Amino acid sequence: MTWVAVLAGSAACYLLKLVGLSVPQRVLGNPRVRRIAMLLPVAVLAALVVIQTFTIGHRLVLDARAAGLVAAVIAVLLRAPFLVVVALACVTTALVRLWL
Amino acid sequence: MTYDAGDRSPADQPRFPPRGAPERRAVLRVALAIGATTGAYGLSFGAIGIASGLSLLQTCALSLLMFSGGSQFALVGILGSGGGVVAASGTAALLGSRNAFYGLRLAELLRLRGVARVAGAQLVIDESTAVATTQPTEPAGRLGFWATGLSVFVLWNLGTVIGAAGAGLISDPAVLGFDAAAPAAFVALLAPRMRGRQPWAVALTASAVSLAAVPYVPAGVPVLLAALVAILAGWRRRPDDASADDPDGQPA
Repeated sequence: MTWVAVLAGSAACYLLKLVGLSVPQRVLGNPRVRRIAMLLPVAVLAALVVIQTFTIGHRLVLDARAAGLVAAVIAVLLRAPFLVVVALACVTTALVRLWL
Repeated sequence: MTYDAGDRSPADQPRFPPRGAPERRAVLRVALAIGATTGAYGLSFGAIGIASGLSLLQTCALSLLMFSGGSQFALVGILGSGGGVVAASGTAALLGSRNAFYGLRLAELLRLRGVARVAGAQLVIDESTAVATTQPTEPAGRLGFWATGLSVFVLWNLGTVIGAAGAGLISDPAVLGFDAAAPAAFVALLAPRMRGRQPWAVALTASAVSLAAVPYVPAGVPVLLAALVAILAGWRRRPDDASADDPDGQPA
C-alpha cells in the first residue's frame, strides 16, 4: 500500500508541474485561483504541524512532541538552518521523553 | 541536454548567457549554493522517511519521482501516523498544486517543447522558480531555472540516500525523538510563507479546524478541511490586497 501512495502521489505532483507549463495562461491566471493556490500550503502545513504533534490516532494528546515543536519554533525564529531546526526538535523530544 | 532555440524567442536573444559572461557565473554560484542547502534538507527527509516506516527504496523513489519537499514530508508523515493511501497522496498533491502556478509563470520564459518540457516539468519547484524569476535578463533566468533545478535535484537525491541509509542503522526512531522531526520540518517550511496578516489567520484557523475534527472524522479528512479554509479565505479576499503569489526562496 505504501508503494501505491508513493507512486500515485508522485504522479499527481508531476502532472501538476507539467500542467502549469502546458496550459494557456488564462486557465490558471485567475487571481482568485492563484490566491487559493498560495494559501493552500499555509493551511495544509499548519494543519499537519498540529495534527502530527497533538494527536495519536483519533485522540488529542499532549506529550513530549509538544516540547519538540516549541524548540522548532524557537529555532525558526532564531533563523537556524533547516537541519538544526529538525535536529533540535528531535533532541528536545527525546530528552523530555527520558525525564517524563 | 540540448534544446531548440524556440520559434517564438527573439532572434537576437541567446538561450543562455554566453560563456564568460559575469551573470552566467553569478547564476551558477547561486544554483550551487541552493543545491547544497537542499542537500541538507534531503538528509533529514531521508531520515524521516525511514523513521516513518518507509523502506530505503520507497524513500529514495519519492525524492526522485515526487521531487517536491513539502509534498514528500507530508506523504511520509501521514503514512507514518497511520493515514491511508488517499489521504497521503491527496495531501501531497494539494501541497504540490502551487508548482502548477510556478509552471505557469515559467512557461513564457522557458518556452519548452517536447522532451525538454517533459524533463523540465520535474524541475519546476520553489527554488528553481525563485531563481529563474529574479534574474536581470531572460537568458540568465533560463540558465537559473536549469542550473538550480538540476543542482537541487542531484543534491536532494544524494542527501536522501545518505539520510535514509544512516537512519536505517538506528533501531528505535521514537527514542531519538524522530516523531517530532516531521512537524519541525513543516514549521520550517511554513516560516517563509508567514508574511502578512492573512497567512497567520489562515494557518491558525486551519490548525483549529483540523484539530477539532480529528476525533470525529477519518484520518486525512482534517487536512482536507484545512485546505477548505484556504479555499474560502482565497475566495473571499479582495483583489486589491497585496499579492501573495511570489515564490521567494522557500525550501522545495
